[in-house]
Amino acid sequence: MKLAVLVNEGPYQHQAADSALQFTKAALEKGHEIFRVFFYHDGVHNGTRLGVPPQDDRNVTQQWSELAEKHNLDLVVCVAAAQRRGILDASEAKRHGKDADNIAPGFRISGLGQLIEAGIQAERLVVFGD
Amino acid sequence: MATLHTVNKSPFEKRSLDCCIRHANPGSAILLIEDGVYGALKDTAVSDKVSGALDGRKVYVLGPDLHARGMSDDRVIDGVEVVDYAAFVDLVTEHDRVQAWL
Amino acid sequence: MAEPWEEDEGPVKKFMYVNRKAPYGTIYALESLEVVLIAAAFDQDVSLAFLDDGVFQLKKGQDTGEIGVKNFSPTYRALEGYDIEKLYVEKESLEVRGLTADDLIVPVEVLSQDELSKLMDEQDVILSF
Repeated sequence: MKLAVLVNEGPYQHQAADSALQFTKAALEKGHEIFRVFFYHDGVHNGTRLGVPPQDDRNVTQQWSELAEKHNLDLVVCVAAAQRRGILDASEAKRHGKDADNIAPGFRISGLGQLIEAGIQAERLVVFGD
Repeated sequence: MATLHTVNKSPFEKRSLDCCIRHANPGSAILLIEDGVYGALKDTAVSDKVSGALDGRKVYVLGPDLHARGMSDDRVIDGVEVVDYAAFVDLVTEHDRVQAWL
Repeated sequence: MAEPWEEDEGPVKKFMYVNRKAPYGTIYALESLEVVLIAAAFDQDVSLAFLDDGVFQLKKGQDTGEIGVKNFSPTYRALEGYDIEKLYVEKESLEVRGLTADDLIVPVEVLSQDELSKLMDEQDVILSF
């Protein structure tokens, strides 16, 4: 079945990102298609490559990136939510005159329309948040 | 047209479980995840409410979240089914929609 | 009911945006509204449900001047201009919070808990924030 996932919280502060990650892995293992994982609200913080979690802890962002590479996952960070919170890719950084970008590999920044499209295209949408 | 409801809040701190049960129509299912798993335990102030919800509905609790919090399956209310992530995925596909009570 | 000119536009799904959180204390209400405004462009069947503390989002007379946060409540009045006209508010949620429909910034349809539960079960997609 074609599924979509919405992640509304950042990693570490709340379990939602971990739950979404475990759910996504389980769905892929069962042979389902993940049409898209959309990151909204503080969920956009999943998409920064600058996090340095302790070595004995999991690296949530890296796990998303690895999953994206392995399964060709579409990880979309909401542009409006990302701009508020300082998550930028190279073109967004340039456009807003910022001196750095921080988007992690496998993530892309796009509009909220991508969430609505996921709701239309996927047969089920599963929301993880606070 | 059955819905899978998810609840991720402790019923001792937030009212999400209560709100969910009030809106969960007969034939629907409730899956307790994250801090929501505390709602699945026997001998608590909310056990009777959850047992009552089993009348006409299915209630599940996510084992990985339960075990992470030091709770074993034998602490779970009779009739509440402990599931893993693979079964969580099955519940999503077997129901018509998923409603998260955040 | 599909109008003749809508027939070629692909499937229309029923999207319900469920608002259960109060405004300002957290950003969920504001960012949920931002999703709804985008959703309006997709020609889907959009409805908004306000229950639990979500009913506080619609309280008339919000004045955020002293907290330094933007007052986004006028946007609810603009929804009609985006053809978003299905706003449902749960009666029981209003009552326990000492509110009536007269306290709200926009005209809404007040539904009982049972009516709202039934409506939720008719949706294709439920977005909760």
